[in-house]
Amino acid sequence: MTATVPPPDTRSFRRRLWRLAETVTTPVLPSDYLDLIAPLRAGAELRGRIVAVHPETPDAATLVIQPGRSWRGHVPGQYVRLGVDVDGVRQWRAYSVTSAPGRRAHPISVTVKAIPDGVVSNHLVRRLRPGTIVQLDQARGDFVLPQRAPSRVLFLTAGSGITPVAGMLRSGALAGSDVVLVHSAPTAADVVFGAELRGLAERGAIRLIERHTEVEGLLDVAELDTLVPDHLERQTWACGPLGLLDAAEAHWEVRGHAARLHTERFRPTVITAGDGGTVTFTRSSVTVAAAGATPLLDAGENAGVLMPSGCRMGICFGCVLPLRQGAVRDLRNGQLTTALPGDGVRVQTCVSAAAGPCELEI
Amino acid sequence: MTVMQKKADNPIAHLTAEDIETLGKELDAIRERIIASRGERDAAYIRKVISTQRKLEIGSRVVLLFSLFPPAWIVGTAGLSVAKILENMEIGHNVLHGQWDWMRDPKIHSTSWEWDHVAPADQWKQSHNELHHRYTNVVGKDNDLGYGIMRVDEDQPWHPAHLGQPLYNFLNACFFEYGIAAYDLDLGNKLKDGGHKDPEFRRRVRAVGRKIRRQFLKDYLLFPVLSGPSFLHTLAANFTANLVRNLWSHSVIMCGHFPDGVETFEKTSIEGETRGEWYVRQMLGSANISGSRLMHIMTGNLSFQIEHHLFPDLPSNRYQEIAPEIRALFDRYGLKYTTGSLPRQVFSAWRKVFRLALPNRRQPAPPVTPLDDSADHPTPALVAA
Repeated sequence: MTATVPPPDTRSFRRRLWRLAETVTTPVLPSDYLDLIAPLRAGAELRGRIVAVHPETPDAATLVIQPGRSWRGHVPGQYVRLGVDVDGVRQWRAYSVTSAPGRRAHPISVTVKAIPDGVVSNHLVRRLRPGTIVQLDQARGDFVLPQRAPSRVLFLTAGSGITPVAGMLRSGALAGSDVVLVHSAPTAADVVFGAELRGLAERGAIRLIERHTEVEGLLDVAELDTLVPDHLERQTWACGPLGLLDAAEAHWEVRGHAARLHTERFRPTVITAGDGGTVTFTRSSVTVAAAGATPLLDAGENAGVLMPSGCRMGICFGCVLPLRQGAVRDLRNGQLTTALPGDGVRVQTCVSAAAGPCELEI
Repeated sequence: MTVMQKKADNPIAHLTAEDIETLGKELDAIRERIIASRGERDAAYIRKVISTQRKLEIGSRVVLLFSLFPPAWIVGTAGLSVAKILENMEIGHNVLHGQWDWMRDPKIHSTSWEWDHVAPADQWKQSHNELHHRYTNVVGKDNDLGYGIMRVDEDQPWHPAHLGQPLYNFLNACFFEYGIAAYDLDLGNKLKDGGHKDPEFRRRVRAVGRKIRRQFLKDYLLFPVLSGPSFLHTLAANFTANLVRNLWSHSVIMCGHFPDGVETFEKTSIEGETRGEWYVRQMLGSANISGSRLMHIMTGNLSFQIEHHLFPDLPSNRYQEIAPEIRALFDRYGLKYTTGSLPRQVFSAWRKVFRLALPNRRQPAPPVTPLDDSADHPTPALVAA
């Protein structure tokens, strides 16, 4: 055995210094003060600043975002979750990163298509102003190209489904590949990145098949037999409305090539509000069926979950729990609250009832 | 005051059960309207208050590093006092009420907020939101009535210990945050009945201890040390700022429920209480303070105590907006909207503390007339089932 002198532990010194700083700022944290002046600094919660908003089509726009220093970069095809305050309420949505991966300090871009009645997408496309700080998550998703790009590739996209593919095309990873893009949009003017894609096709970088559905009708996946005869031999990435993806999966499955098809489904869980539903108390591993008029608090207590509670009339906020996902209805005014994982929605269980399946974190 | 149900002139005798329910529906409608209109403007307001408060606090503490110089001491102490008041009242109290939970910002949320107060947020939320706001002014249920150490209602039995209550009240005002922490712990009762051995109680005491320690470290050690030669001056400044904040919040809070004109209620009166009746109790059990916009912000908009008690979870910046409407509702239903300037209400509350330090003066029995029987029978509207 040899005795070694431990190297000076700079990390523990920093930690001690940080703890001292915490005492100086108690009851809040040093970061709460630093956020006032440097919200994008290293070590801060990941945020981004909107640098510019470029219109793409009448109802789509590209947001150029300078991510904070904690941004770890992305792989083309991945998406990023973006939290933005709409009417004062924080809303989270996922969007594909459309910029090519650059150095970490570089701005990234996402492209958003405004959907009818979409609270967030309309806000982003029409009302967002440069300078706004938005919340970000690290890039995620496995809708990505393999390390070595395949020699023959098919992209099957529709509407805003082009966005992850745009990131892949721009990355240059497919420079030596034979690429076919079959893209559907209502009209030529509605094709997001239309000019850029046509330019790529003109230069021979890709073969582009545009389908303008207002004139030509929806694409039937079986048409691929004539449009792209070798499509089953190609590694295929498909992104678009659920109808298209379901049809594509069935098509590739039946032909026995399901392994060559990669799909991206945005918002795979569609929250549909109902009256009552199954409530899962995740940490307690308890699931019960609750009626539309039963407060979640009662449902939990009746099932033996140790629920926090207070006034039981909606005034004290002693019963608030995170709603991991699902839909609940406020029993006082019928107002609906929905959540997906990561949305960080908390609800008052004493005045909320299940409006469809939902998960509470307790 | 005397519990409303024993009064010769019951202030709600003229309202039928139906009137009270209609009144409740009108209040519900106001609440719904404000909830539907909450938005960007409100979010911007609270963020601005929070950032102003933080900048003011940093600025004041930096100035206090040079507190050896009298002008720096005065400016820094004044700034820090204001920052501490804002932090406790307009920000802390209201965030902990869940008034800003709708923004879904995890940093400004009732479940994650902690404040510059020796009472930990979760303990305060329980005693304040759950007990005081639910049982407002119900004698024997709402311990905010005299905080368990004073007699502020003729119907609370007199004890010789009450002779000292002007002094207790003054000390409570100076060290108000400690008073609240002790009150949230139910310290008096726990010590009396041996409940202090309860492990849950001990856990809560330790939590308070941790908060006291952190506040002491910050205000009475770290910042004075950082001030170097100004050590003692900064220490005194921080003590003064805490004292000013305590005196101010104590005064504002006394004005909420103790002044003349505020009603109290019998324990039995809330059995089977309807939503409308709950609203009426909040309306008559609270008092407002009139004043300028700045004064309202400094009180955390608790100067709109009536509106706050009707709708404890509406954003505080909206109370002022609905106040005229609420007042018109009081007029229409023939109810008394108690309000007055800060000095007047503070005087009224203190006068009561002095008066009730002594036993009740025996009053001549009221002349009994067949028409005036409400003195003996609580109104049916409030004593349902």
